[in-house]
Amino acid sequence: MSDSVVEKEASMEAQKELLAGYFARLARARDEKRPVVYSFVPGNLVELMSALDVAPVYPEVNALQSAMRQRSGGFIREAERAGHSEDVCSYVKCDLGMLMKGNVGPTGDTIPPPDLLLLSFTGCFTFMKWFELLRDQYQCEVAMLHVPYVGDGNVTDAMRAYVVEQLQREVIPKLEKVSGKRLDLDRLSELLARSRRAEEDLAWVFHSARNRPSPIDAYFGGVYYIGPIFTSFRGSEEACRYYATLRGEVEARLTAGVGPTTPGGPLLDERFRLVVEGPPNWTSFRDFWKIFYDEGAVAVASTYTQVGGSYERGFRHDPSRPLESLADYCLSCYTNLPLPQRSRILADMVSEYEADGFVIHSVKSCNSFSAGQLHMLREVERLTGIPGGFIESDLVDARYYGQANIKNRIESYLQMLAARKRDGGSAPRPPVHLQVLP
Amino acid sequence: MTSIDTIVGELEARFDDIALEHVRAWKQAAPNRLAFGCLPVFAPREVLWAAGALPVFVRGGGDRLETIRGDAFYQSYICHLPRSTLELGLLGHLDVLDGMIFPNTCDVIRNLSGVWQSTFPQHVVRFMDPPQTAEPASAAAYLHHELTILYGELCALAGVKATGARLHAAIADVSDAHAAARELAAARCEQPWNLPIDEVYLLRRAADSMPPPAWTALARAYIAAALARGRRPEDRIRVCLVGAFCEQPPRALLRAAERAGCYIVDDDLTLGVEPCGPDPEVGAADDPMTAIVLAWLRASRPSAVRYDQHASAGRALVERVRHHRADGVLFAAPSFCDPALLDQPRLTRVLDQHAIPYTSFKYSENTGQFQSIREQAGTFADSVKLWGTA
Repeated sequence: MSDSVVEKEASMEAQKELLAGYFARLARARDEKRPVVYSFVPGNLVELMSALDVAPVYPEVNALQSAMRQRSGGFIREAERAGHSEDVCSYVKCDLGMLMKGNVGPTGDTIPPPDLLLLSFTGCFTFMKWFELLRDQYQCEVAMLHVPYVGDGNVTDAMRAYVVEQLQREVIPKLEKVSGKRLDLDRLSELLARSRRAEEDLAWVFHSARNRPSPIDAYFGGVYYIGPIFTSFRGSEEACRYYATLRGEVEARLTAGVGPTTPGGPLLDERFRLVVEGPPNWTSFRDFWKIFYDEGAVAVASTYTQVGGSYERGFRHDPSRPLESLADYCLSCYTNLPLPQRSRILADMVSEYEADGFVIHSVKSCNSFSAGQLHMLREVERLTGIPGGFIESDLVDARYYGQANIKNRIESYLQMLAARKRDGGSAPRPPVHLQVLP
Repeated sequence: MTSIDTIVGELEARFDDIALEHVRAWKQAAPNRLAFGCLPVFAPREVLWAAGALPVFVRGGGDRLETIRGDAFYQSYICHLPRSTLELGLLGHLDVLDGMIFPNTCDVIRNLSGVWQSTFPQHVVRFMDPPQTAEPASAAAYLHHELTILYGELCALAGVKATGARLHAAIADVSDAHAAARELAAARCEQPWNLPIDEVYLLRRAADSMPPPAWTALARAYIAAALARGRRPEDRIRVCLVGAFCEQPPRALLRAAERAGCYIVDDDLTLGVEPCGPDPEVGAADDPMTAIVLAWLRASRPSAVRYDQHASAGRALVERVRHHRADGVLFAAPSFCDPALLDQPRLTRVLDQHAIPYTSFKYSENTGQFQSIREQAGTFADSVKLWGTA
């Protein structure tokens, strides 16, 4: 495999165009008198925003895009100079630093200021503090949607009703106010129907990793696959086309019996099948991925690809009950689930995808993911009988990414898995219980 | 009048009783008594107390415990509170508790609820997500529903009937304790030289695990004895301490800050047992649960763990500084505490606008070196004294 030329699938190029178009449209939003609404990926209400013709902005996506372009370090330092602690989330500091530097986005276009901050408070406490900080900077209104944490793993009718009521009384009126339009529920349902189509294709793509060799890498490749559906394209025809194209590509690879496309070319020798928990590092994304594909390690499933929707586990938006469906979506996002359930999901994926092992990538910035992951490691080991690997870095702060250390750990872990395989100890236990929410 | 030394001695003994033997004794003194652990910050004290369950705030092991096994649960970039809390549990020190309530204070405590479910299956574990929404009608209905379910479960566990009368009585008890807490705060504000922070802190920590009526009596006895000391004020500045609402600083750190030249006249330590606004207003014919819900929703004191709906946290801090006639603010946040640390830049911006001096440092519950903090607090006090600014 050559590292000199980065190979990309057609769908990756299509996604790049989608993203470039998105940032360009965003830059024109003010001129086109299109209201701008900032929100977050987990629990995002993009169909609602699209139904009211507002332009969504996702600050954490800006942060990760900045990191992939090696610009996050300067932004973080800028925020720390302004008094933000080195201890706190680097997404927040990257975003604030970008704002202090003129809010020029990752593609070089200026991100317009928000007309509304739509605080969908799902699965991450820091989101709330983040938007309090942005509200101070922009002096704009906030629509708060409090999505209760599913502490015992069960979405209740009371939780759903609470979220729906907030949508009706708080979120929709504020969105209508900034857009100057009334919400058309039929239009919302049409958008949700398109979401569902794209979700079907995405879920099929992720399930394709049950095959040997897996035609996809569900973590490093998976973060590209989730891009459109986790952000501003869910509910659009563009997203439907993208996921149909992606599914076609994966079907072709499946038929040809070839592995996933990596930056170094197609992975020809699938030596290890892994399940990965936690978000990736974005500042050294390619180097991080290379550690795995150099060893023939493929992620056959991941939890990060469920943070903005649990499609792989069965969730679909339901156009016949639009608001309830949006509530269920918010409630069932991965990080809104309790740790015992998250451990069971990991264990089930190890079994369903016939993984040789699992790796937890713990990031300093994200307590929502990281706090308790060492306990999850032991729980998943107990449930599967398979030892797990544990590595640490950060999301967008390069100071916490150590290539040599991570490489050393992953290689050692894979050597241990190889020894287990030789000794016949790689068979995972049967599935414990795959709970589909809601 | 009980002597101050006797009272402080009792408070120290309670504080050092990390195995909660005093809670065990209370439970054994009568049938149908429960004890429920509450992680910071929100706890439905009235609801627990009404069901015959003693609310026991679990604020980590502090510097009175060597954390060994608890450390194995967390990476270096997670705060200390969950580690020592797990250590307490693994040592059996929390066995006296019948269950634990985890509020949505931050992602760490939220996830700790899951760790607890797996590690201590003998405990009833309940996660409480008090509404953050700005929409009051939905918030009230949701919280009422959640608290009613909790109340029913607790009463069933205790073997008592879930009645409105029990809730009415509990509201009265907790409101009395709040009144005593306000008296304590007022006395300290007026005469901090007679009510030093390390004693006041012990008294407030006692509220973490005492029946509210008993604490009310103890607090009033302490106030009377402390004010009778007749000490003379020293040449110190007056400060508000901000950010230490969850993982607690070592008591010696508080003492060091005061001895360095500061009177801590206000703080956010021990949130949860402190009144955060008007108490539930309930007439005999009113639904007491509704009163509890409305009191929570109308709580006027901003904190880093509640959505700052009206962007009023900075203004509220300025008002607290003025109300307590403080000269400045000490920001003391636990390392890696997202809520406290993310709040600081917003708060300092407002303090700057009002020319209120401040300084900040971080700690962990088992910090053992106070020299740098003593120097920082001392320099801060000196500069405020000399130039009126930090």
